[in-house]
Amino acid sequence: MKILVTAKRVEDPESKIKVKPDGSGIVQEGLKYKINPFDEIGVEEGLRLVAKHTGEVVVVSIGGKEVQEQLRHALAMGAHRAVWVNHTGPLDQLGIAALLQKVADKEKPDLVILGKQSIDDDQNQVGQYLAEFLGWGQATFASKVESLESAEEKNKEPAVKLTADKKSVQVVREVDNGLATLECQLPAVVTTDLRLNQPRYASLPGIMKAKSKPIEELTPEKLGVNVTPQIQVLKLASPPARKAGIKVPDVATLVDKLRNEAKVV
Amino acid sequence: MPIVLIVAEQQPDGHLRKASLNAIGAGKQLADKAGAELHIAILGKDPAKVVDELKSTGAKAVHVGAAAELEHYLAETYAPVLSTLATELKADYVGMASTAQGKDLMPRLAARLKAAMATDITGLNGSGADITFTRPMWAGNVFAEVKLTTPVKVFTVRATEFAAAAGGQAAAEVKTFAPKVEASKTKFVEFKEVKSARPELTEARVVISGGRGTKGDFKEIEALADDLGAAVGASRAVCDAGWVPNDLQVGQTGKVVAPALYIAAGISGAIQHLAGMKSSKTIVAINKDAEAPIFQVADYGIVADLFKVLPELRAELQKLK
Repeated sequence: MKILVTAKRVEDPESKIKVKPDGSGIVQEGLKYKINPFDEIGVEEGLRLVAKHTGEVVVVSIGGKEVQEQLRHALAMGAHRAVWVNHTGPLDQLGIAALLQKVADKEKPDLVILGKQSIDDDQNQVGQYLAEFLGWGQATFASKVESLESAEEKNKEPAVKLTADKKSVQVVREVDNGLATLECQLPAVVTTDLRLNQPRYASLPGIMKAKSKPIEELTPEKLGVNVTPQIQVLKLASPPARKAGIKVPDVATLVDKLRNEAKVV
Repeated sequence: MPIVLIVAEQQPDGHLRKASLNAIGAGKQLADKAGAELHIAILGKDPAKVVDELKSTGAKAVHVGAAAELEHYLAETYAPVLSTLATELKADYVGMASTAQGKDLMPRLAARLKAAMATDITGLNGSGADITFTRPMWAGNVFAEVKLTTPVKVFTVRATEFAAAAGGQAAAEVKTFAPKVEASKTKFVEFKEVKSARPELTEARVVISGGRGTKGDFKEIEALADDLGAAVGASRAVCDAGWVPNDLQVGQTGKVVAPALYIAAGISGAIQHLAGMKSSKTIVAINKDAEAPIFQVADYGIVADLFKVLPELRAELQKLK
């Protein structure tokens, strides 16, 4: 099967994000960048499916030249080839989904896997927009209640699996108060939740091999997509700071404060 | 007059999802600012049960679409029905609570309506046609003010940031319609509920969460939770380790909570976790490490072992009874 997976470039989730004093953006100095963690889980899931059923994982990223770093990372993990949509400047979810739709039209994958959200804008929209644009089924937040740390749990039925006739996927999704299972006819769109899997490390041979794997370059113009944003970010601000708290010496003092000062017990 | 349409959600057990009332609360605020009329939509096999509750929220009308094919929620069947309704009503804004369903459905609906969308809004600004939304980015480390420039605007609501709608003076008009349900490429297979005797995390007045410091032993946390009628939460690390189910996870990638009292036991306070609990009214941190970042957001901190503090806390609280 052919699987298209996204690899967005985002700030390292451990970085300290600070807003510029004028609210026009975030302070870039000192930031490190990574593949969006949810997308990395998507690459891993794609690789596992292809290992089981044969096929190809094609990874796609949109952005300036620097996103090649994230594409190379996915290639080093084992993805087979990459598509780079070269675009600098602002882009919103509508634009991203429209570009991915064109890439999917070109590649004709059986499955598109995306992270459920990217950890910079936290919008959680693109997979669903894309599924609607393509007229495909969607299964968002693929995951399962299981421990990733024990071998026994890891060997359980996967949350995303191809059905016996290979014409659809069954996906277990984490939703409010439980787990929902859907069956989507292929082609379909799946978005990943955090606990779907634990992405592998890129091996040294993998990193060496990635250097010679092809990256195809496209542009919004070549794909015939107008990406003028319909979402304007007017201003950024830091969240209101909590007033500094106090450390209390013992439990009796804590209970006294909770009772008489905060009045919550 | 502009129209604000809020989509309410029926739980698998037939009840109204509480967060829908907060979304209606946000819808009301938006209608006031935009000089608009508030409408509610509810779909399902048998939504009658929740219609009474929706009638008294202060909306102008409740649109009820019942069909056997809508028994199990699917984005592919719900989005076209809602898209037709929103188009017929000429809705300017369509919103829903940021529940798992809201997050799954609203972007698909927005795509159908060729609308831009704002996820998880925490505030509304401006008036008339000039409305902007406040929403969190970078795990709540940044709040952005965003403007949607498409004719129809879609949003989901962070329930903890808006008061639940209740007590409208006049009962809303109930308008039933027959939904045209399209064939779907996706089929519902099953839903397995994860049941708990404790209150739901996002609705509890008190939440007690455990982190790595528990080493997977939640007994003391559960005992205190039962004493206080509180919900139990956990940090991502604890869920990833499989010590507790993932639906207890509080954080950017888990649930966002804002209880009156949040007790974080053995939680270091990673950005990811703070994003999910920073809006709590009073925060208590219990951690052996005096340098743990959790102390920077806690109103009250105790630098000590949670296995020593929690039993003491239970004993002290017993004395108050």
